[in-house]
Amino acid sequence: MTTTLVLFLAFIAITLGITAWAAKRSGSTASYFAANRRISAWQNGVAVAGDYMSAASFLGIAGLIAFFGYDGFMYSVGWLVAYLTVLLIVAEPLRNTGKYTMADVLAYRLHPRPVRAMASLSTITVSTFYMIAQMVGAGALVALLLKGSGISFTTAVVGVGLLMIVYVVFGGMIATTWVQIIKAILLITGTILLSFLVMAHFGFSFGAFFSAVTQVHYHLPDGTEVVKDFLTPGLRYKPPYGALDLISLGMALIFGTAGLPHILVRFYTVPDAKTARFSVVWAMALIGGFYIMTTFLGFGAATIVGRDYIAKNGGNNMSAPLLANALGGSIFFAFISAIAFATILAVVAGLTITASTSFAHDVWTNIIRHGQEHNPGEERRVARIAAFVVGAISIAIAIVLGPTANVAFLVALAFAVAASANLPVILFSIFWRRFNTTGAVMGLVAGLLASIVLIFIGPSIMTVDAPTVAPAARHMIQHAPIFPLENPGMLSIPIGFIGAILGTLLSKRDLAGEEKFVELQVRANTGLGAEKAVAH
Amino acid sequence: MPAPSNPDPRPARQEISVWDRVARMDDFKKLLAARKAFVIPATIFFVVYYFALPISVGYFPALMQRKIWGPVNIAYLFALSQFLVAWLIAYLYVRAARRFDAYGEAVSKDLEHIVAEGN
Repeated sequence: MTTTLVLFLAFIAITLGITAWAAKRSGSTASYFAANRRISAWQNGVAVAGDYMSAASFLGIAGLIAFFGYDGFMYSVGWLVAYLTVLLIVAEPLRNTGKYTMADVLAYRLHPRPVRAMASLSTITVSTFYMIAQMVGAGALVALLLKGSGISFTTAVVGVGLLMIVYVVFGGMIATTWVQIIKAILLITGTILLSFLVMAHFGFSFGAFFSAVTQVHYHLPDGTEVVKDFLTPGLRYKPPYGALDLISLGMALIFGTAGLPHILVRFYTVPDAKTARFSVVWAMALIGGFYIMTTFLGFGAATIVGRDYIAKNGGNNMSAPLLANALGGSIFFAFISAIAFATILAVVAGLTITASTSFAHDVWTNIIRHGQEHNPGEERRVARIAAFVVGAISIAIAIVLGPTANVAFLVALAFAVAASANLPVILFSIFWRRFNTTGAVMGLVAGLLASIVLIFIGPSIMTVDAPTVAPAARHMIQHAPIFPLENPGMLSIPIGFIGAILGTLLSKRDLAGEEKFVELQVRANTGLGAEKAVAH
Repeated sequence: MPAPSNPDPRPARQEISVWDRVARMDDFKKLLAARKAFVIPATIFFVVYYFALPISVGYFPALMQRKIWGPVNIAYLFALSQFLVAWLIAYLYVRAARRFDAYGEAVSKDLEHIVAEGN
């Protein structure tokens, strides 16, 4: 426990040092929002990985595999494949045509004010929901990892929240980037070490490892012992809706990642589209490597630690730390716990800067001020205030929800909105000449509403709980779900696309916008006139 | 006069904008065609290959549970292959993108000529 605390404090000290260093370099708008566009390909690739691999991935997927075997692993596949959409379709045009936010690309040839207003609403919704899920998880986790130190859930949430506010308010995009880079390097190092120890445990024999995986012993809630083949699908996703839910989740991942605002803004931090391309490749190397290694983490925890022990000692999110404890003792447990902590901080910092940049750049400067700062540095000042407000709101909501709240649906919601609202309008504004402002607004509204409504009437919110379930962990509406899938993507993504198409076809053609499409197309494909890196 | 490598985004005073001129260049058309020729089939392929996994696991469980390498079944190897296929497509894209970059450079050069000739 003390070692864990020391490592936590060491990470905090290092990242605050970076923030102080970055604060001196964040004196201009381009440096504060886009790190002067001087981040290199490998740095941005590592930062994208650090921005993306959340505690839900590290602890959650390891836990899913430890408890449900193959189904958990299949879940992790989509997280890498999703980057092909980013690489092939979105990253380069976005870098070539935008400045600071996702809305920049949409506003380019459409009427900027309505489009920015909706795109910003979508950005802030996605980022805030995702952040609240991370904060609740963070609070519960930090309290668990530091058990015995007297740090409560509330203290942990406030601590994590304050740190992310400090990184973003003082260090801007430069500090956020380096926090993400350090976190990603720590996470990959920890995962490699843990995988190595798992294989060492099995004498470096894949045969022995997989044989153990096919015979995992654990007890059912009624006390009967079972032996399961953890390579067999179906332990979690069961008929009638299991397969559909997985396909729906896959759709949200594959089409949503390329619409996640906090991932997209990372491509504004590199000098040009070519660097953006190589940074996606770096990210894919790290993200793929990491998710393949979740095999060792999850199956290792299932076979070496055992589901029964994990269930009694903090639940499935503790699988990876408990595995570290079993294989490397308390020091290694502390190290892996510190990595989980770093992971949470890097992700919430990325979300905070994205939401606050969108408010400052889209809502304040472009909608309220009609595209002109009234005072120099105003946009940055507004962003800092917005970061503080977004952070404070997230802290408050996380505390109100409490440690046992069921918040996994917020992550599903974030991906669903990104896939159903953001991606259709990004694609159409880059590739469809006829696309117009009504189409963009309709697409964003339809995708956003469909995602929220379907989650609300789905099993994440509407389920009848057994009487034994604790009041705080109960579903919000005690009623059988109206929509059967946890992940709304399968329905909400088509709704978003149809909204954008109908809105366009049913409204008047925007001839000026169509003329500007040529300009957008040239810029998106050649990088002519793109935002340049800031010279020293 | 706009610098050739960084044209003024809005040279609206000319009858035909720089953007229209670029859009009419052969090299630009080739760039778009080359990009399309790679991106569309590659996207269709990875989407189909990816969704084949949950579909076959969900609807053909008996086949997927067949063990083909010691204790390891088709389902696991199929999931693992997704990583390799994703990396492979990324590699092929980066290789194809060298051609896109070459066309892009040709477009910039053509543009310099136009600007140098004063339209």
